[in-house]
Amino acid sequence: MNHLALEIRLTLASLFATLAILNLVLFIKIRYYAGPDDILVRHRIRTWWTLAGIFSLALCISPHGGVIFFGFISFLALKEFLSMAPTRRADRRVLFYAYLSVVAQYYFAGAAHYQMFLVFIPVIMFAWLPTRMWMIGEGGGFVKAVGTLLWALMITVYSLSHTAYLLVIPIDDNLPTAALNTTVIATHHPGPGLLIFLILLAEANDIFQYAWGKNFGKTKVSPNIAPGKTYAGLFGGVLSTACLAAVIGPLITPMDITHSVIAGVIIAFSGFAGELCIWAMKCDLKIKDFGATLPGHGGVLDRVGNLIFSAPLFFHFIHYCYS
Amino acid sequence: MNHILRTAFFALIVRPLMMVVLGTNVRRGELLPASGPAIIVANHNSHLDVFALMNVLGLKRLPQVRPVAAADYFMTRRLRCWFATRIVGIIPIDRSKVRRENGKHPLDPISEVLNSNGIVLLFPEGTRGEPEKMDDFQTGVAHIARRHPEAPIIPVFMHGLGKALPKGEALLVPFFCDMFIGEPLDNKLKKRELMHQLNAAMDDLASELPVEEWT
Repeated sequence: MNHLALEIRLTLASLFATLAILNLVLFIKIRYYAGPDDILVRHRIRTWWTLAGIFSLALCISPHGGVIFFGFISFLALKEFLSMAPTRRADRRVLFYAYLSVVAQYYFAGAAHYQMFLVFIPVIMFAWLPTRMWMIGEGGGFVKAVGTLLWALMITVYSLSHTAYLLVIPIDDNLPTAALNTTVIATHHPGPGLLIFLILLAEANDIFQYAWGKNFGKTKVSPNIAPGKTYAGLFGGVLSTACLAAVIGPLITPMDITHSVIAGVIIAFSGFAGELCIWAMKCDLKIKDFGATLPGHGGVLDRVGNLIFSAPLFFHFIHYCYS
Repeated sequence: MNHILRTAFFALIVRPLMMVVLGTNVRRGELLPASGPAIIVANHNSHLDVFALMNVLGLKRLPQVRPVAAADYFMTRRLRCWFATRIVGIIPIDRSKVRRENGKHPLDPISEVLNSNGIVLLFPEGTRGEPEKMDDFQTGVAHIARRHPEAPIIPVFMHGLGKALPKGEALLVPFFCDMFIGEPLDNKLKKRELMHQLNAAMDDLASELPVEEWT
């Protein structure tokens, strides 16, 4: 547990405490106020318990536990996408390479092999998969097939793998860090803190967005794709997320307040954009969810939509400012 | 059947495979029969179909579950025959025999299983055929229904495993598998009506799929 700073352990503990309070509130509402037994909400909270539990356990074992956790998430998301999007029968072998690239990409992330991590999918796989496709010799539907597969790899493997790299990101010791961050472990192993910061804000942004949209939402951002998303939700979400970032950023990451707020704004906007991309894909494929892996949420891809753009953007913000 | 090896195989190999590498999206799993006698009728895309179905039925029902399979395919090689009969627990039926021989009807082995409260899995397309394309159903199911009016017939539409492991391929590519369970059929009907009802039920279940083509 030497890689987990006290701040991080406290954050995880308070996360579980929040879940426990949610459960208690739900229980009291049903038991004593005869509230409706909302199965969806119950499933959703139970799934959060499972996800938070596995994630914390993986993180406690070693930073690489978290890498494996996200590698598995990537695999599931890629499988969901390829099961839902049309693929060509001739391309089975190419899809197999796409699955193998999950292992390679997360290996480069876990080993902190920065250059390979950056180029493996957008350069090497970008060249190899279409090459393997023309070698098979099926010309019909080539453009669609290449487009679908590369997009699938970018959103489910490349962008999500930045969460894993965050865990092992090296931080330049000479740069000034926030004064609040005192423990030695936290300055030497900033990874877990940065990752939890990203995920916590991305999820909180979803909740803020929902709350603002529900109470003040009028004009829809994109009525055809996501009927529930409003401008009030979007900007209210960004504002609240930035405030939350200002509070927890200096506590669990090396960032000072200014950097934390900027990071919060980046995560909120790009989280929204990623979410809308998932909605647009579902709209095109005429599906409601990408799967049923996470009861109460839908598929894995439905859950990680807010990370597909925010993970790489936040990662490069940190890398630019602190590495 | 070797019950210990069979349970171990389904618990330690099939279940992790279906949970991690593949994965099933089951709709209306509560319509699956709690116990026998019952007949489950499914379309056939891949060798994996039977494992996916037996996995969804679970270890508790496993001792009762018996898939019907072609004797002329599975009983030819020794290892394949051992695996099919001892581990998967198939009821071998010879596809080439259609008449009584020595007073025994070719469907008698299925009747025996149903009489001892078994759950019979039937793939009436008769062959995996071209993956993800439904062929016409053979009428054997109607004959069994006539002999066993007490056994409910449950239609199951499966989709996706033909992409994961189609006929004639050895490379397994991960895909989710959809499994849509339908309401039990009315098995008091005559042969032609029953087949009509079965086809209609399957088409209904298939239409739940979002538009997707596998070309």
